[in-house]
Amino acid sequence: MIMADSGSSEEVAVIGNTDITSTESENNIINTMVERGTSLLKKMEINVAEAEKRTGKNTVNMQETYTVYLIEIRPAESVTEGGTPAAPDTLWRRYSEFELLRTYLLVTYPFIIIPPLPEKRAEFVWHKLSADNLDPDFVERRRVGLENFLLRVASHHVLSNDKIFFLFLTEEKGWREAVLDTGFQDKVDSRLKSVSAMLRVKNPDKRFTALKQYSDELNTVVSQLLRVRARVADRLYGVYKVHGNYGRVFSEWSAIEREMGDGLQSAGHHMDTYAASIDDILEEEEHYADQLKEYLFYTDAVRSVCKKHELMQYELEMASQDLAYKKQQKEELVTGTVRVFSLKGMTSKLFGSETQEQRESRLSAIEQSIEEGVEAVMEKNTECRDFVSAAWEDIERFKEQKDKDLREALISYAIMQISMCKKVWPSTLFRTSFCFQYKH
Amino acid sequence: MSVGTPRGLASSGQKPITEIPHPLSAAEESLSPGPDVSISPGGDKDPELTNGTLVDGSSPASASSTSALLSRLQVEENSEADAAELYASTETRDLFVTVDDPKKHVSTMETYITYRVSTKTTRIEFDLPEYCVRRRYQDFDWLRVKLEETQPTNLIPPLPEKFVMKGVVDRFSEEFVETRMKALDKFLKRVADHPVLSFNPHLNAFLTAKDLNKRQGLALLTKMGESVKHVAGGYKLRARPPEFNAMGEYLDTFSQKLGTIDRIAQRILREQSEYLTELREYASVYSSWAGSEDELQRPLEGVAGCVTTCCGALEDLSENMSQDFLPVLREYVLYTETMKNVLRKRDQSQAEYEGRLEAAVLRRQEDRTPMPLEVEKCQDKMECFNADLKADWERWQCNKRQDFKQLLIGMADKNINYYEKCQTAWESLVTVLQEKQTEDKTSETN
Repeated sequence: MIMADSGSSEEVAVIGNTDITSTESENNIINTMVERGTSLLKKMEINVAEAEKRTGKNTVNMQETYTVYLIEIRPAESVTEGGTPAAPDTLWRRYSEFELLRTYLLVTYPFIIIPPLPEKRAEFVWHKLSADNLDPDFVERRRVGLENFLLRVASHHVLSNDKIFFLFLTEEKGWREAVLDTGFQDKVDSRLKSVSAMLRVKNPDKRFTALKQYSDELNTVVSQLLRVRARVADRLYGVYKVHGNYGRVFSEWSAIEREMGDGLQSAGHHMDTYAASIDDILEEEEHYADQLKEYLFYTDAVRSVCKKHELMQYELEMASQDLAYKKQQKEELVTGTVRVFSLKGMTSKLFGSETQEQRESRLSAIEQSIEEGVEAVMEKNTECRDFVSAAWEDIERFKEQKDKDLREALISYAIMQISMCKKVWPSTLFRTSFCFQYKH
Repeated sequence: MSVGTPRGLASSGQKPITEIPHPLSAAEESLSPGPDVSISPGGDKDPELTNGTLVDGSSPASASSTSALLSRLQVEENSEADAAELYASTETRDLFVTVDDPKKHVSTMETYITYRVSTKTTRIEFDLPEYCVRRRYQDFDWLRVKLEETQPTNLIPPLPEKFVMKGVVDRFSEEFVETRMKALDKFLKRVADHPVLSFNPHLNAFLTAKDLNKRQGLALLTKMGESVKHVAGGYKLRARPPEFNAMGEYLDTFSQKLGTIDRIAQRILREQSEYLTELREYASVYSSWAGSEDELQRPLEGVAGCVTTCCGALEDLSENMSQDFLPVLREYVLYTETMKNVLRKRDQSQAEYEGRLEAAVLRRQEDRTPMPLEVEKCQDKMECFNADLKADWERWQCNKRQDFKQLLIGMADKNINYYEKCQTAWESLVTVLQEKQTEDKTSETN
């Protein structure tokens, strides 16, 4: 038995204990979030407690069925020792509202790696798992994922202070209006802009380039892992279930035997138990898959931050370029040399020089322009610098979180494997019962 | 060579039955039929021939106990007490055979495998205490055919399949040769442990002759039914005694169940093989992930390593299944076929007796001719056959119980072994990862 001294009892309780389940381990991750959490989490406890089916008319006035999730908020101090917790404040939200919240956060905090939502549609399924969004297992796993999302946001030192987020948790009716009122949709960068930025940025920040590359690699490898895992699950299911066939034939065989009869019966029963055990095993493994998926989706958020940075960098470069060009123009005007081709300059050369008045007005216009340009560059520069520093802080935080969470996930996966090995062929049980019942 | 004919109760050979060591009275753990004289790779071991002296017949059973012997032979189905009494002493075994050391022979005409057949014995029927000869499958086949011819009332153990599809199976692969050799070894041991068959002169020749002089003119009997014709032709059976009916029914159901188990086992092997393929890729993805990580590199490599270990363990399990489990199933299917044929021959023998008896009775009614000698001979023959068959049936059932117990426990053990290996791998990973966690925690709090 692996027994190590567990550290502080408030810390992650997984040390030394190989018997915890994967859900417990997941809770450990959540506990850590709360531990290191923000003032918001210290004040309130957040749960996504239930899921319910509703029907209603949608925007095109058609009947649809959808699922809503119950969010429970409780003041943290209300849970006293031995006392019953106070009744929570509750409200219902559907998945699309969570999506809206997230989009708002993405736009409002482009330098933060926004936690992902659980998948919209079931992917990476193996044959027995339903891909139906209304399937109760899928809904349950989604419920857990949504709770996780809320806790991650609530434990983020920047995001947790957001008013809209607070309203999301407390204001059922008026929230949608409030979000739209922020006008965040106007701040969404156009796709075209992002693509241009990606293609034409001249001095990309090496750190961000490396991060983007890492994020892409992680995305590829985790996708692959999830795909292969699903295939492995499928195959393993097959192996176990075929063993179930033994159950019946042993039972039939035992009917024609005397001494061997009991032993064969018991062998048959064990086969049936073995075959049935795979369902629980694989269901538990889905938790692990969900943990991986969270980080798969996180890579999209990381990518967003990198892209935003690219865009800012691009805009800064454009502004600098613009300023440089204007300065060129001024110089030419002052010295009378034409370095940069301009139509005006050409026409004035061809059709006669301009008056002193004209010249002076042009000069002051350009100088004005340059002033504006300088300000613009300074602004962009500051913006960029602030972005980089804020983003990089969050990136470091994210890296640490990722390393910790994934390591926990791997440990809990290993523990799952161990418990599977232990339960499967209850070795002494099968063997001795078979021996004793088998009279030779 | 003289052909042994069954003569009354002396089907046990020259010695009274109490002195014939029963092959299965060996300790439970050993594979039937009895303790193997396996020449382990480590070197030769001499079998213990402690009580071989019984051969010279000390204190044979007295005649008065013959009836007791008879009643013991009429075995009530599977009575444990009887079995224990009937198959008493281990140490009286005096003939040990082993098949091992396969070698390839290449000649201009053909390529084939020979096996070393080693014999150690104290029986006087053998001139020397030890023999070592080389035999090929053909020779084993010859022996089996001869035994069937000369001991038609006995159950001859099966041989592994004779014909293999040249394109599909590699006759010279290590695995095939190994499996075949084990089956040949089993066959020979069963014959050597049989109280009647082991005294057959053909066996003697097989074990001792430098060059086996097989009569070339021997027609290859591919179907067992051929030999039935020699016994009696065209007699119809009146009523089969219930115990033989029961045997027939049992054999039908039994071989059917074995067939099903074989199919399931093969299916499992296929599923396991596909699972293994996916598992290997699974391991490699973890490895490649590890390549792009820092802190997570070791944990990921660790997981990849565990999965790979599980792959290896699974390979071993599958190999065991196809090399140890399936062959035994198949052997018993063949055995069942043989047994059914012996039952058929018995039926013929009974039919012949009944037919002759009826004819004789009719004649006697007509002209008072006394019962002809042939009818009595037939009756004798039939009764001997019945007795032999029952004795062989008992032996076979005992063998079967032991073999299957071994088999099922063996499979359980192999599976347990597989899961234990996997568990150990994962446990050590968890330890490593949790140690690192403790390290991190303490460095954090410091």
